[in-house]
Amino acid sequence: MYKIVRKEELRPTVTLYEIEAPLVAKKAQPGQFIILRVDEGGERVPITINSYDPEKGTVTIIVQTVGATTEKLKAMKAGDFLQDFVGPLGRASETAGKKKVCVVGGGVGCAIAYPVLKKFHDDGAEVHAVVGFKSKDLVILEDEFRKASDVLKICTDDGSYGQKGLVTDALKELIDAGNRYDEVFAVGPMVMMKFVSKTTEPYGIKTTVSMSPIMIDGTGMCGGCRLSVGGEMKFACVDGPDFDGHQVDWDIAVKRNQMYHDWEVKKHEETCNLLRKGA
Amino acid sequence: MARKANMSLQKNPMPSQEPDVRNHNFEEVALGYTKEQALDEAQRCLRCKNRPCMQGCPVMVHIPEFIEKVEAGEFEEAYQIISATSSLPAVCGRVCPQESQCEKYCVRGKKGDPVGIGRLERFVADWHNANVAAKAEKPVSNGHRVAVIGSGPAGLTCAGDLARKGYEVTVFEALHLAGGVLVYGIPEFRLPKAIVQKEVNGLKDLGVTISTDTVVGRTITVDELMSEQGFEAVFIGSGAGLPMFMSIPGVNYKGVLSANEFLTRINLMKAYLPDSDTPIIHPKKVAVVGGGNVAMDAARCAKRLGAEVYIVYRRGMEELPARKEEVEHAIEEGIIFKTLNNPVEILADENDNVTKIRCIEMELGEPDASGRRRPIEKPGSEFELDVDCVIMALGTSPNPLIKSTTAGLEINRKGGIVVNEDGLTSRENVYAGGDAVTGAATVILAMGAGKTAAKAIDEALSKKDA
Repeated sequence: MYKIVRKEELRPTVTLYEIEAPLVAKKAQPGQFIILRVDEGGERVPITINSYDPEKGTVTIIVQTVGATTEKLKAMKAGDFLQDFVGPLGRASETAGKKKVCVVGGGVGCAIAYPVLKKFHDDGAEVHAVVGFKSKDLVILEDEFRKASDVLKICTDDGSYGQKGLVTDALKELIDAGNRYDEVFAVGPMVMMKFVSKTTEPYGIKTTVSMSPIMIDGTGMCGGCRLSVGGEMKFACVDGPDFDGHQVDWDIAVKRNQMYHDWEVKKHEETCNLLRKGA
Repeated sequence: MARKANMSLQKNPMPSQEPDVRNHNFEEVALGYTKEQALDEAQRCLRCKNRPCMQGCPVMVHIPEFIEKVEAGEFEEAYQIISATSSLPAVCGRVCPQESQCEKYCVRGKKGDPVGIGRLERFVADWHNANVAAKAEKPVSNGHRVAVIGSGPAGLTCAGDLARKGYEVTVFEALHLAGGVLVYGIPEFRLPKAIVQKEVNGLKDLGVTISTDTVVGRTITVDELMSEQGFEAVFIGSGAGLPMFMSIPGVNYKGVLSANEFLTRINLMKAYLPDSDTPIIHPKKVAVVGGGNVAMDAARCAKRLGAEVYIVYRRGMEELPARKEEVEHAIEEGIIFKTLNNPVEILADENDNVTKIRCIEMELGEPDASGRRRPIEKPGSEFELDVDCVIMALGTSPNPLIKSTTAGLEINRKGGIVVNEDGLTSRENVYAGGDAVTGAATVILAMGAGKTAAKAIDEALSKKDA
């Protein structure tokens, strides 16, 4: 059992949880993920790590409430225990040796982008950041991003904060303004990562994306997380989750992630109804 | 009065659920012998002096001796004889391929059926579990600490053998539940999970610590187990690894999954239950590609979810690598065998949902290096099957996590860990066994490897005391 030592609602649908998991905290690196189960009988859900404190023995995750499990998670309080919390899984992001990078985060993907951005910054790179949200009331981690980046562009779909428009527009502006990036690192919805990759491709800028496909065990056993990358089959849990965005077969990846969509929507509704009754 | 063996040529048949009933539920198929059947079957044993059956058993169960006790109605004594060398009797009695092991060498098999050794083993283990409540006592500690990686059959056997000798054993399991392939792979209807949990609890009674949610190679490394955690020896029984897929067009469409994924969703996550939190597809028509035991398990699970199921296998019925009993069960349950066929493409609709599998007919040519006749395509014989799900049961390639994080651990060409006859790897005090060494094999071979390594670890560590 793993104790929730801190819970903070960052936004109505975005919540931070700090979990006591000393072994995971000791090993975690930016870009890696964990798998949790909320309760006995719960599904295994992969979530990328936001931060970790090896001395305190805690790992922080930021979770958007999107389905049954994240809804159940949101109903938990500080002091409650998660059934399972295993990791760190996947390979750490490669951040060393870069002079100038641009990190692109979309929505709650910014929670994952942040530790990678900070590592680029700490490793001595000039770091530009482009972060996108639907609207002002969904913006997270603004102070953290501001502190660790040399240039920060915030975009909102509705223009309620920062510049109106998509992260890909802001990224293109930065590139066209003459910024020469060694690497663009993108984390967010798959469609966003696809279009970031499409944006950088004509410029020949190396682009790394953090993939979050369907997964069960997270250790290289089930094969659910397979992706086609450069025509080869890759497994996100052991080969990734970071891949070359120009090599990923996006159409298959996007569609495969929808495999259980109808079921997930139905389960989410059922869970909301149950939680309401219980409340 | 001299004993007269029962000379019936047939084994007592195994009472089973009717095929058209069981293919709609996940309850156990085989129901087990009654006491009367067990007594009758035990009388078929000739008590051969040279015990040919034992040479077929990877863990050397004293077979004629335990059967003699069954015949005398001394079932607990029979259990004690089996459990002296086998740590998982109730599991082996169900999933061992007895026809190619102990029963293969049974003299009675030369004319008629061999003695139903497996069925008797299961009877004895179930009798013990139902009638004997005694908990195993934790032996006095000898002060030595051993880490076991993986809680499948190899790991559980190694841990059990060492714990009985007084070793302080911790088993590290990556998943949230102990049992390895016994819980995520083999379905409930062949091996009820309550039986596996009982065996795991038995190890806990012996003092074994089970640390779930611990991925060795990620959460902690083999070197850290020894240098930081103070384990004097490590046994790697991490099992098989990444599932293999065919390299044919359409392999990433929605509705194509590995048998590992399909079976894990069903067996470990209980996704077949209506209130499960884990999703699973409920296909109408399924093609399971492959002919081994895992293919049979996947096919029979899909049938139980309500699908029409094809087994697509490139060789013939005679060449199916699955146990004969599993193939027979599958046929009885209405699985359709499309043998001598090989998939060439998977087709889908505009949303990538699988709609068809295109296959080509095969014929058998000359034997290849493995001694099996090589399947050859018949030109122009392509045809399509309407399916909405394709399950690939083609075996696995070894998991890279431990080898990539353990310096100096020698790996063979196929990715398996290299060991000597004692299970010792190229690293001092690091042993390995089971699928991590051999690639996908059987439960009992993994148990045999766990046993061999436990013996070697005991010999190595007890030398330190001398």
